Amino acid sequence: MGINTLLIANRGEIAVRIIRAARELGIRTVQVHSDADTESLAVRMADKAVNIGPPQAAKSYLNAAAILDAAAKTGADAIHPGYGFFAENAAFADAVAEAGLIFVGPDGNTIRLMGDKATARGVAASAGVPTVPGSDGRVGDPAAARHLVEEIGFPVMIKAAAGGGGRGIRIVTDMAEFDRMTLQARAEAEAAFGDGGIYIEKFVEKARHIEVQVLGDGKDVIHCFERECSLQRRRQKVWEEAPSATLPQKAREEMCMAAVKLASAVNYRGAGTVEFLYDDSTGDFYFIEMNTRIQVEHPVTEFVTGIDLVREMIRVAAGERLRLRQDEVRVHGHAIEVRINAEDPSKDFMPFPGMVETLTVPGGPGVRFDSMLYSGYTIPPFYDSLLGKLIVHDETREAAIERLHRALMEFDVGALKTTKPLFLVLARDGSVRSGAFHTRWLEQWLEVNASRLA
Amino acid sequence: MAMKQILSPLPGTFYRKPAPDQPAFKSEGDSIAQGDVIGLVEVMKTFFEVKAEAAGKLKVFLVENEDPVTAGQPLADLED
Repeated sequence: MGINTLLIANRGEIAVRIIRAARELGIRTVQVHSDADTESLAVRMADKAVNIGPPQAAKSYLNAAAILDAAAKTGADAIHPGYGFFAENAAFADAVAEAGLIFVGPDGNTIRLMGDKATARGVAASAGVPTVPGSDGRVGDPAAARHLVEEIGFPVMIKAAAGGGGRGIRIVTDMAEFDRMTLQARAEAEAAFGDGGIYIEKFVEKARHIEVQVLGDGKDVIHCFERECSLQRRRQKVWEEAPSATLPQKAREEMCMAAVKLASAVNYRGAGTVEFLYDDSTGDFYFIEMNTRIQVEHPVTEFVTGIDLVREMIRVAAGERLRLRQDEVRVHGHAIEVRINAEDPSKDFMPFPGMVETLTVPGGPGVRFDSMLYSGYTIPPFYDSLLGKLIVHDETREAAIERLHRALMEFDVGALKTTKPLFLVLARDGSVRSGAFHTRWLEQWLEVNASRLA
Repeated sequence: MAMKQILSPLPGTFYRKPAPDQPAFKSEGDSIAQGDVIGLVEVMKTFFEVKAEAAGKLKVFLVENEDPVTAGQPLADLED
């Protein structure tokens, strides 16, 4: 097959990342962009740039016809979707294939299968991968519901079937409360969504977010160990690391095996991530979802394994087999990534677009800075706030945290507000340093510590 | 007749409706009280309300729904 010209259907730091990987593989790059991104770093770096529409993503980066037209006009033979936008859109993957081009990622059917939470849960269950215990759909009569809850054990969550994004969720701790809340939840869901259906799921009080990186070539699948992304704000990861700070070796092995089983079950091709909840108190883990794309936090895995994940996913998309066997993938040291967002942490993380008047990029041993910034660049307000990622690598987690603090002190973007102050304080926090956190820890911490983030 | 303008507080995308399937906050010709919401500006996937800083009658919108706007850009003309 082979790829000669790769079109990047994305923007920001990940577009820059993909251009770098393509260039190392001797592949020509075409960067599509909106009116707001004509001066972006990716556009400046790419071999060719094509304007595909107005600033609003719906009219440019989510305009499939314009992207395919740009591919045809520039002679591109492959499209890399990055993350977000079309990365997990099965119809787009299908359209790319129908146009005779290579989609850098799994095929549309795999995206369809793993993108739907219910079918993905089914694939996991049949591959023997544990899922969060629950009702597997709507609960019927009260007696059956009570029986199920006895099996799962308290606490449980009652969720509105028609809800989403955390709406209509109740957490109950005993049967009397369960009976009362079930009635209330049904009535409320009926009023709010016109659908009184509810389902039940085990509630893990202190969960860690652990995810396993996988690579597949359509035949073989290997894992590249785990990342821990428990430090989150509004369900957005802000600090990610590899390996996990506290995961026992046995759990690590089981989760990595489970991820490989799941990806193998769908003959996975490309880079993917299998996400799990890990319950510190019991040592149990549960499959949540699979992301069929490269992830923002992939560099921490690249640092500890030495594997260039973006380059590998382009290679397998071009028809190559995996070049590494599982026993050749090893973890060295510890890596941490923090997300540098254009947000003001002292004002409840208010977005802060603006012009980069001055820029000092951190450097030195074990430091990597993946970003879309350059001096004189004006950050557009139309897209997400991620400016870049500071990633550090060192022999141990303790050393990596010190290195992170040192590198953050070197980072300077003048008057622009970023999330840097948050990470300076977190790097000095006792709980962060000892790894004593869970997915809701950071929000609770922010309630107490917000005033320290000036 | 004194002319006042409502300015965009932030750069981003301007919306005249709270959601695509809902009616506009205000129409041309409507009376506006100080503090009334006349639209939203989306900045980096976060939405901010645009409020009138003075009362008056909304004479004309100067930008379309979903237009990109800059900070300080006039969004609408008010008349007394």
